[in-house]
Amino acid sequence: MGVSVQIRGLKGSVSPLFTHLFSVQIFRDCSGNTHAEKTYSFIDLGTLTIWCHCLILQTPIPRVVGEIGRRIQTTGEKTYFRMTTNISKDLLMLMLERMWRIRHFELKLTEMYNAGEVGGVHLYIGQEAVAVGACAALKDSDYIAGNHRSHGHPIAKGANLKKAMAEIFGRIDGYCKGKGGSMHLADFSVGILGESGIVASSVPVATGAALASKLEGKDFVSAVFFGDGASNQGACHESMNLASVWDLPVLFICENNQYAVTTSYKDTVAVEHISDRAQAYNMPGILVDGQDAIAMYEATAQAVERARNGEGPTLIEALTYRFEDHSLGLEKIRKSEYREESEIDEWRLRDPLDLLTKSIVDSGTATPAECDAVSANAHAEVEEAAEFARNSPFPDESELYKDMFASDMPVV
Amino acid sequence: MKTMAFNEAIRTALHEEMQRDESVFVIGEDVATHGGPYKVTDGIAEAFPGRIFETPIAEAGIVGIGVGAAMAGMRPVVELMYLDFVTCAMDEVVNQAAKMRYMTGGQARVPMVIRLPCGIGRLLAAQHSQILESWFMHVPGLQVVVPSTPADAKGLFKTAVRSPDPVMFFEYKRIYTSKGEVPEGDYTIPIGQADVKREGEDATVVAIGPMVQKSLEAAVLLEDDGYDIEVVDPRSLSPLDVDTICESVRKTGRAIVCGEDSTFAGAASEIAAMIGENCFGDLKAPVRRIGSPHVPMPFSSELVKHVVPEKSHVIEAVNQSMAA
Repeated sequence: MGVSVQIRGLKGSVSPLFTHLFSVQIFRDCSGNTHAEKTYSFIDLGTLTIWCHCLILQTPIPRVVGEIGRRIQTTGEKTYFRMTTNISKDLLMLMLERMWRIRHFELKLTEMYNAGEVGGVHLYIGQEAVAVGACAALKDSDYIAGNHRSHGHPIAKGANLKKAMAEIFGRIDGYCKGKGGSMHLADFSVGILGESGIVASSVPVATGAALASKLEGKDFVSAVFFGDGASNQGACHESMNLASVWDLPVLFICENNQYAVTTSYKDTVAVEHISDRAQAYNMPGILVDGQDAIAMYEATAQAVERARNGEGPTLIEALTYRFEDHSLGLEKIRKSEYREESEIDEWRLRDPLDLLTKSIVDSGTATPAECDAVSANAHAEVEEAAEFARNSPFPDESELYKDMFASDMPVV
Repeated sequence: MKTMAFNEAIRTALHEEMQRDESVFVIGEDVATHGGPYKVTDGIAEAFPGRIFETPIAEAGIVGIGVGAAMAGMRPVVELMYLDFVTCAMDEVVNQAAKMRYMTGGQARVPMVIRLPCGIGRLLAAQHSQILESWFMHVPGLQVVVPSTPADAKGLFKTAVRSPDPVMFFEYKRIYTSKGEVPEGDYTIPIGQADVKREGEDATVVAIGPMVQKSLEAAVLLEDDGYDIEVVDPRSLSPLDVDTICESVRKTGRAIVCGEDSTFAGAASEIAAMIGENCFGDLKAPVRRIGSPHVPMPFSSELVKHVVPEKSHVIEAVNQSMAA
């Protein structure tokens, strides 16, 4: 018995070797060329769904860029795979640290929101692996730009938690002196071009930064995080086309958390995968498991390498899930009204922090106790940041007219 | 001094600035091979290869890329083929370029010039003739610059390119070919400084863009009636040089504000309100506004005559003001 599967333009098949062991062979592309042929073993395969690893760069001629590695988790009917990796312990632990910073930061915000201390914010919980995995493949000198769900990106790039928290409190010690707030949590000192509340607006901005890199003959790249909703905006498409025409060093990282507020991408995107759109712009489109920080790192690292080599942009679709509602403060939009509780529960089983911790522990990179300590440290940092924010003064009225222009202009 | 046309003055300024500063580059539709429909970027591609980007028709992308490049250290000069097309890039202008510095507490800088060929030129009807100055005056964080002479065009353009903040640079199509003396070399004019184009004692005409020349011509004709008219050109509408305008009105006691844009909620209306608020005690007559009626620009040349204000309107308004 063989189960036929189609993997992003490549045809392969699944064959049962015995009851609980299957093999997958990657055979040929559409042109009939053999790219890889190897047997992989999986356990407990129900329906084989291979969409989670940076397996194939979607170019006009599909090609395999990595090999399927070990199974990392089986959940219900889905099985997730990732190619084996050689990431250093330092980088893995840094990724874990930044993911825990984001998680604790937002759990603290939730607590403070419930206590009436802060207003509604857009939570990144559940998506931490996307920004952290991607930023781990970037240098300090590379730029990122983001969106309204703006806490995860700067923290992933290494931003200071105290200033982030103070900004959400609207205090003078915030990154933006209390003028930006939760949707614009941008720390320019770590290479951030802003977080913008207008959906898709950062896409051309990051593309422009990539143009600057090319014009100045520098080697920095820029990466932009945007959602499935943003992927339907015109500015997004204009930017991808231009970036490809000019071979700009930009990474389009679509965080497909599957819902634009309450609207499913399945109802609004004409193709099966957002990464399929890359074909239209003649750039590689990669579908990555957005819950898997290591897969994100690897996919991003490849895209960065292409970009630095002058080979142009890449579209990375990170399939992920927003564990919480669109934003705190939207209690009236109940989860059950637009997504099933069972769906949320299923995705929660693939918590990106659990997955990374498991990878680290299973590979013998670090002990569970070491991982727990990372979480505890991040928690302490967040508590300290909250205290710092509470004690920071509000901006003086004189701040109102500052920062409109470089120099003081007459204000009418 | 060298005599040159308005479009040539901007081209000269652009050329000089690109020579002076390697971070200046041009991006827009048909700007390289064609030099733009009004030839402002003519010859730039040959003089500065690799620093002029001819784009697809994608205004949001063009302006947004300009914002990003500016934030990353460049000084883009963005050409929108017609001002009307800025409507396709309003998010990038209003929400990104204008607000980035403020929203980030001063961390971001967006030094970019957006060139906006505007107003009536050839008969191009409602979607290729708009002005919309007041839209951008209304947005904090933008500088709105409107030169009326080739000399001002050069001086203001050079300042705009050097500005650390975004500039909406209005270029009235109907004066692209008008000629005037232009200072050679590094000639700059501060943004936010009005210019008294003609001194007079009896009435102040505040004129925007092409209305400056028409008002100057009107002032000559009004001499025959014994009226001594002062003409003030704001040159930038935001920031607005309220002091110079009000100083003139306090002296003359009469004010006529004229522009080619729609009078209703237009730039002239804001200036008139400021005069009313600041100079009420000095006014001998109500402040008058001249502009176009609140209609889309029609195509037919006969209809256009009823839309675009001319010097006769200035003369009429001055006479009414003097008679009040």
